[in-house]
Amino acid sequence: MKAEMKVIEDANREALKRMLSGDPVLVDVIPAMEAITELKERMILHAGPPIGWDGLCGPMRGAITGIAVFEGWAPDLEVAEKLAADGAFDFHPNHHFDAVGPMTGLTTLSQPVMVVENRTFGNRAYCALNEGLGKVMRFGGNDDEVLDRLRWLRDVLGPAMSKALRSGDGISLKSLVARGLTMGDEMHQRNVACSGLTLRAMSPALASTSTDTEALSDILSFIGGNDQFFLNIAMAMGKAIMDPVRGIEGSSLVTAMSRNGTDFGIRVSGTGDKWFTAPVEMPEGLYFPGFTEADANPDMGDSTIVETIGLGGFAMGAAPAVAGFVGAGTASEAANFTRTMGEITLGENPEWTIPALDYLGVPTGIDIRLVVETGLSPTINTGIAHKEPGVGQVGAGVVRAPMACFEQALHAFAQSVGVS
Amino acid sequence: MSESKVKTLLEEPLRVVNIGLEGFAKELDQQGVKVIQVDWTPPAGGDTKLANLLSKLGT
Repeated sequence: MKAEMKVIEDANREALKRMLSGDPVLVDVIPAMEAITELKERMILHAGPPIGWDGLCGPMRGAITGIAVFEGWAPDLEVAEKLAADGAFDFHPNHHFDAVGPMTGLTTLSQPVMVVENRTFGNRAYCALNEGLGKVMRFGGNDDEVLDRLRWLRDVLGPAMSKALRSGDGISLKSLVARGLTMGDEMHQRNVACSGLTLRAMSPALASTSTDTEALSDILSFIGGNDQFFLNIAMAMGKAIMDPVRGIEGSSLVTAMSRNGTDFGIRVSGTGDKWFTAPVEMPEGLYFPGFTEADANPDMGDSTIVETIGLGGFAMGAAPAVAGFVGAGTASEAANFTRTMGEITLGENPEWTIPALDYLGVPTGIDIRLVVETGLSPTINTGIAHKEPGVGQVGAGVVRAPMACFEQALHAFAQSVGVS
Repeated sequence: MSESKVKTLLEEPLRVVNIGLEGFAKELDQQGVKVIQVDWTPPAGGDTKLANLLSKLGT
């Protein structure tokens, strides 16, 4: 074996080992300004690779104007949009600050963020609380209903979850996800089981630390009525698992996949924190009544961190129900998605298995070499936002990561190991 | 291949393994020929530069 191949093999073995040995625990919910001390007034973290106002899509613009009003940086949406166009806001990717966010994925000073600690490596990752379905900020919603919900998350749910989580040792996520997979979740477009398991784990502490029964009732109703509540926890978990895998010299493993509604970006362990980007693709899926493909915005969000750790589209075989929801076909076709992703990954996760596939471990560790060689790009399960600001979610579907990202990454990776 | 083997091949029902382009398999299937389709594409979709790079990177 040539020397560079040995380096790559050893580096990838180490990368996969770090992924599989991660021990993510949900430990707290705190204001973003406490979690990410670099955050400042008028600084907005967003989903995906770097982008400026001029390149942003409709729902991203809608969410930004909404968050500017929420943070008190503008009196209304119109002024907020003018400020944004005049360069008043400072935009950065969540990924540059240990954070992730679904769809538009905005993170700003006063939003509460969930804290997931990877106890094997000691790093922490952050993600805002899930707002529920329909007209919400992550899908570009920005009216009073959306902003009032964000205030409730900040003033009621966030502090209550913080008290509950701090009263114990946190919620261990690895085992919770393992159970969720056996109950039909894939942790991207289906989180029914894990949301329920999380509520079950937190309820006693939420009750014992609460002094306001009406607020407690609202909290239990909100979490219990939100099938996607766990998505944001899964995302922070994904980020906490992947960050220790960054920067391993010679590793061709993908450490992040993310989209800002305009571009899709990936990062590779052996090439450090460089983004490899290409225009994002349009999901194929099913639409809510009254909406069609003509209403859809291209793919968006940091939620592809879930696929990066072997869940979501990679674990479709665990969740045949979601295959129907996202328009991906039958139960047997769902299994094919998982098996196909096995062709572009370095291994399987022995702790996250799929009973219906004879306890096959979810495909884990995307290798850019295998993606380019096979021509099989990662399958992503995703929500679909309306292309206009302020409307919200219009459907759900499946989308592929653009092959151009992986081809660019392969050239840079080859250079990094001295191959041309 | 010996003459007898060729004769046997032509006299017995065809059993085909088709690698790559699915259209050939579909045509045979429509004519009642037993065919197994194997999904295959050239490495890197036939891009020789990328395929050359991949061969040096150990896939």
